[in-house]
Amino acid sequence: MVAVERLVGAYNTWATNGASEVPEWLKDMRSGAIARFESLGFPNMKQEAWRFTSVAPIAEGSFEQAKPPARIPTLEEIRPFLLLEAGYRLVFVDGFFQRALSTPFFDDVQSLAHVVTHRQDLVRQHLGKYAATEDRPFSALNTAFVNDGAFVHVPAKATIAEPIQLLFLASGKPAVTHPRNLVVLDREARASIVETYASLSHGAYWTNSVTEIVVGEAARVDYHRVQRESPGAYHVAATQTHQGRDSTVNLHMVAFGAALARHDIGAVLAGPGGRLILNGLYLLASQQHADHHTTIDHAADHCESHEYFNGVLDDKSRGVFTGRIIVRPGAQKTDSKQTNNNLLLSTDAHADSQPQLEIYADDVKCTHGSTVGPLDPRALFYLRSRGIGEHEAQQLLTYGFAAEILGRMEVAPLRAQLDGIVRGRLAEQ
Amino acid sequence: MKQGKGLLEVKGLRVAVAGNEILKGVDLTIRDGEVHAIMGPNGSGKSTLAQVLAGHPAYTVLAGTAKYEGKDLLDMKPEERARAGVFLAFQYPVEIRGITNSYFLRSALNALRRERGEAELDPIDFLQFLEQKLRAIGWDDSMMNRPVNEGFSGGEKKRNEILQLAVLEPRLAILDETDSGLDIDALKTVAETVNKLRAPNRSFLIVTHYQRLLNYITPDVVHVLADGRIVKSGGPELAHELEAKGYDWLRDAAMVS
Ligand SMILES: Nc1ncnc2c1ncn2[C@@H]1O[C@H](COP(=O)(O)OP(=O)(O)OP(=O)(O)O)[C@@H](O)[C@H]1O
Ligand SMILES: [Mg+2]
Repeated sequence: MVAVERLVGAYNTWATNGASEVPEWLKDMRSGAIARFESLGFPNMKQEAWRFTSVAPIAEGSFEQAKPPARIPTLEEIRPFLLLEAGYRLVFVDGFFQRALSTPFFDDVQSLAHVVTHRQDLVRQHLGKYAATEDRPFSALNTAFVNDGAFVHVPAKATIAEPIQLLFLASGKPAVTHPRNLVVLDREARASIVETYASLSHGAYWTNSVTEIVVGEAARVDYHRVQRESPGAYHVAATQTHQGRDSTVNLHMVAFGAALARHDIGAVLAGPGGRLILNGLYLLASQQHADHHTTIDHAADHCESHEYFNGVLDDKSRGVFTGRIIVRPGAQKTDSKQTNNNLLLSTDAHADSQPQLEIYADDVKCTHGSTVGPLDPRALFYLRSRGIGEHEAQQLLTYGFAAEILGRMEVAPLRAQLDGIVRGRLAEQ
Repeated sequence: MKQGKGLLEVKGLRVAVAGNEILKGVDLTIRDGEVHAIMGPNGSGKSTLAQVLAGHPAYTVLAGTAKYEGKDLLDMKPEERARAGVFLAFQYPVEIRGITNSYFLRSALNALRRERGEAELDPIDFLQFLEQKLRAIGWDDSMMNRPVNEGFSGGEKKRNEILQLAVLEPRLAILDETDSGLDIDALKTVAETVNKLRAPNRSFLIVTHYQRLLNYITPDVVHVLADGRIVKSGGPELAHELEAKGYDWLRDAAMVS
């Protein structure tokens, strides 16, 4: 309760002082959201959606609202976190847009704070329309503090050739940031995007982000997300997609940072013929805890969704995966497939995997499966019998677990970069 | 073919798995350049012998010895055996998720090359080297970009074992029912690969149920393994006899002796 009051107090101060120069509708949205957060409070483990994850360290931590960074990092300092040299990019430090480090594109690849006034109609049409806040205290809190983040708009039939990078860096100070991102692809538009969370130094800070991705008719987005926060960080996030008729969304989620991470991923297939790939990888070690809570909502007929999540868990880490699939009445000819495989590299590591299928249509194909277990001894022997040493064989099999996910990324330069990052991460173990 | 020194010398080998004694005293000597075939009823221990020679950790050696190039084979790790030139084509090849066939093969080849003090092959050199091997078994590189054995048909898995044999060029190749589940063309491909690889310094131990394969690969010696023992050995004609008469007459003979 204390924590909730403190956050509401911080909101009140901020709303009266620093955040007044925004349109009325946004002020209303914020004040509605803080009221929502106040009534919901922090989630607890008695709630079904939070059974395996305690947010006590976040609720009990005293995170200040982030201030603009005292020192802006140089391009050299942020280069290790940039996956590609070319292409548009938006860089944020402690939640604040860094124009000098960014390469925006007019009002289409821009800071959200800028377009809130410059493209008010478009932002107002979409912002907050997809990410639920009714039963999501963290999303409500993010919406209350909505201020800046990344905005990407791809007009009808346009293709942005190079991947767009959205980079959120933490200075490491014990503060909370609420990045808010909005991605809108009009009909037949195409883009690939990578959203990265990382830290310039070790520290215990809290990121509470929300990303809404709206994909118009026959549009396609390849969306990558890399969560490589500092080992002491808390990362709470919601990603929500909404796709129209005949559109394609490929979501690739790679998570290996933070002490405690919770990512709610929601996808709504709102028009017939939509195709979704939700492809995720979590690599955890020491005492890391990562919870992926996914909901795929087949709201229209003739849609396909393929969900694959692999987890590699070492030491005393814990991975939680919930895969909820909803097939609405009338969503006939739905083709939905879900797998969650967890590799336990230590006897102290633990994985929870729970599929939740809610099917209200009869002419559908839905399959799901999950595994939790150590490296396959048969595979290990097979590799060793070919001359590959035991340790190398273990590493190869572990990498294979990750590579299965990476292999589904179709944007070659990003796949190659993420492959390198994942290899680096596995080599640390 | 009694000349040449013993590449593999197995004496009195007794092996248990999950508490059951499967091999009950196997003696087998394979000399350089020889091709031996092992036949025998289901469950008689053929794969157990093959796996134990490759070093599978699930098998417990109760007694006996196995010498390879004069060294104690049973004391070597599986990878050390492979690097010394022992190769097992599995009866049931294993799927390796996420690792492409070409990456796997290159890792294996480079492990052997390192052992021999040769430079490792980079992906480009390796692909060049691989091309001719692939052509020989009638594959293009589409099979190389798929995860090892994942979703491969039964015959494709066996072909993949033969590809590995061709790439790794072992000194002692143990083929465990590589001919089972193959169509006629694939069977010929296997035989051709083996025949091409036959050399004075390379030996084969071929486990098979069928005379068919031995029509293409003429063995020097044929053994019959029954209930954990080699109950009969002979020339290629023994395989024909088994094809005609089955195993029962041998089993009875073994009981009597
Ligand atoms: N891991 C194991 N656990 C328990 N029993 C085993 C194991 N491996 C082999 N066996 C048993 O050992 C015996 C010999 O098996 P093996 O696979 O060596 O036979 P095989 O001669 O190769 O038969 P096939 O011709 O059917 O391939 C069988 O009875 C089998 O069930
Ligand atoms: Mg067998």
